[in-house]
Amino acid sequence: MTDAKVIAPIVLGVLMLALWEGVVRAAAIPSYILPGPILVAKTLVADWGTLEPSLLVTVRITLEALAAAVVIGGLLAILFSLSRWVEQSLFPYAIILQVTPIVAIAPLIIVWANNVELSLLICAWLVAFFPILSNTILGLRSVDPNLLDLFHLYGAGRWRTLVDLRLPAALPYFLGGLRISGGLALIGAVVAEFVAGTGGNASGLAWRILESGYQLKIPRMFAALVLISAIGIVIYLVLSWLSHLLLRRWHESALDGEN
Amino acid sequence: MRLVGVRGVSKVFANGVEALADVSLDVRVGEFVSVLGPSGCGKSTLLRLLAGLTEPTAGTVEWSDETGKADLGFVFQEPTLMPWATAIANVALPLKLRGMAKSEREARAAEALGDVGLKGFERVWPRELSGGMKMRVSLARALVIQPKLLLMDEPFAALDEITRHRLNDDLLELWQQSGVTVVFVTHSVFESVFLSQRIVVMAARPGRVSAELAVTEPYPRSQGFRTSAEYAAWCRQASSRLGEAMAA
Repeated sequence: MTDAKVIAPIVLGVLMLALWEGVVRAAAIPSYILPGPILVAKTLVADWGTLEPSLLVTVRITLEALAAAVVIGGLLAILFSLSRWVEQSLFPYAIILQVTPIVAIAPLIIVWANNVELSLLICAWLVAFFPILSNTILGLRSVDPNLLDLFHLYGAGRWRTLVDLRLPAALPYFLGGLRISGGLALIGAVVAEFVAGTGGNASGLAWRILESGYQLKIPRMFAALVLISAIGIVIYLVLSWLSHLLLRRWHESALDGEN
Repeated sequence: MRLVGVRGVSKVFANGVEALADVSLDVRVGEFVSVLGPSGCGKSTLLRLLAGLTEPTAGTVEWSDETGKADLGFVFQEPTLMPWATAIANVALPLKLRGMAKSEREARAAEALGDVGLKGFERVWPRELSGGMKMRVSLARALVIQPKLLLMDEPFAALDEITRHRLNDDLLELWQQSGVTVVFVTHSVFESVFLSQRIVVMAARPGRVSAELAVTEPYPRSQGFRTSAEYAAWCRQASSRLGEAMAA
């Protein structure tokens, strides 16, 4: 990565924060309308005792949902690729799950699951699993037909062909889906908590935002918002790094311009 | 002695296209035969039938020795390497699929890479190789199982002329050393004359054998042959056969 690629967004970010702080001070905007970034940072430190447990809850639900999306989405994709029949029977239902707005089914899930954390997990998973499923299916199908012939020629069975040909060919597609799902798992976790709207000790950042709104503690609302964005950025960076690590040797997407 | 032959083979695709109509051809043990024809004459289909990758609609593919069926190498128009595997892993693939242990298959793959002039490129990734080198890896992969029959489907068509000439030279040398039988599909008159003992000329729509030409020049054929008057005369003959096939 070049220096400019890192420095340019940081410089822009610092300038925007300075502008924000300047406007808030110059126009004397009250903090219950728009707090300045310095106040938000101070609140983040001062309220850390409340925010930290919520942060951990949101992170945990997001990661669990993402893991479930990887396992179930990946396995379903493999199953679909092995049998047209299974795919044709099940895929429409996967699409129905995907297109139904999560806020519309979240109340039902909360009633059925009868456990806040489990229902949040199910909601986040529902939002996250489809990109992994559809991308991995696409990848498992996008195999060079000549390579398939070659495997056939040398007597490779279904299992060998899956492990040595289809899975590696699908890896870049899977990783692309994973990056989308990482963000969606976080969105799912936050949206579901808004719908669930439950307080208490086991509540995540979304609840802190709702609560701050009720109490007009707008700086804390911003602090929670900053943390949610931070989770999203960290997930994206980690998944991008993972993708680069796995593909840098061979895939066009990971080439660095030279060659 | 015949290695493999097709008898009255026809192939009609599901979309109704008649790729081959009543084709008969014998391939003798150890010979180098080229199948020359315009695009759409079914020469690739003929190769796939020999490989068992597709079944004839009518007629039969006959092997003199049924075990020969399992001992074939196939080189495609593109190198068709697995981009996620190093050169040596690509070459070792057929052995891996046959269940050979890793150390043994890597030793044999390294040897095969050496045979095609790529010693020292074992750990290189396909994207780091030039087009000609990729094709050499592909050739090594086809030869690593020491096949009885090597089927090649316009393997050098996408390469520049300099690279193609060098690969032609090296292919002939490998053929003479190993004694493998080669069926080489091409649309190049010059390539077919330079390489083969026998040229089977095909005509299109529907694909059929239109003429055969025995190129009775001795081997080894090298750079000298390529610039000789005899070579030009053979090319003229093959060209006129091809012209007749396309006019028919």
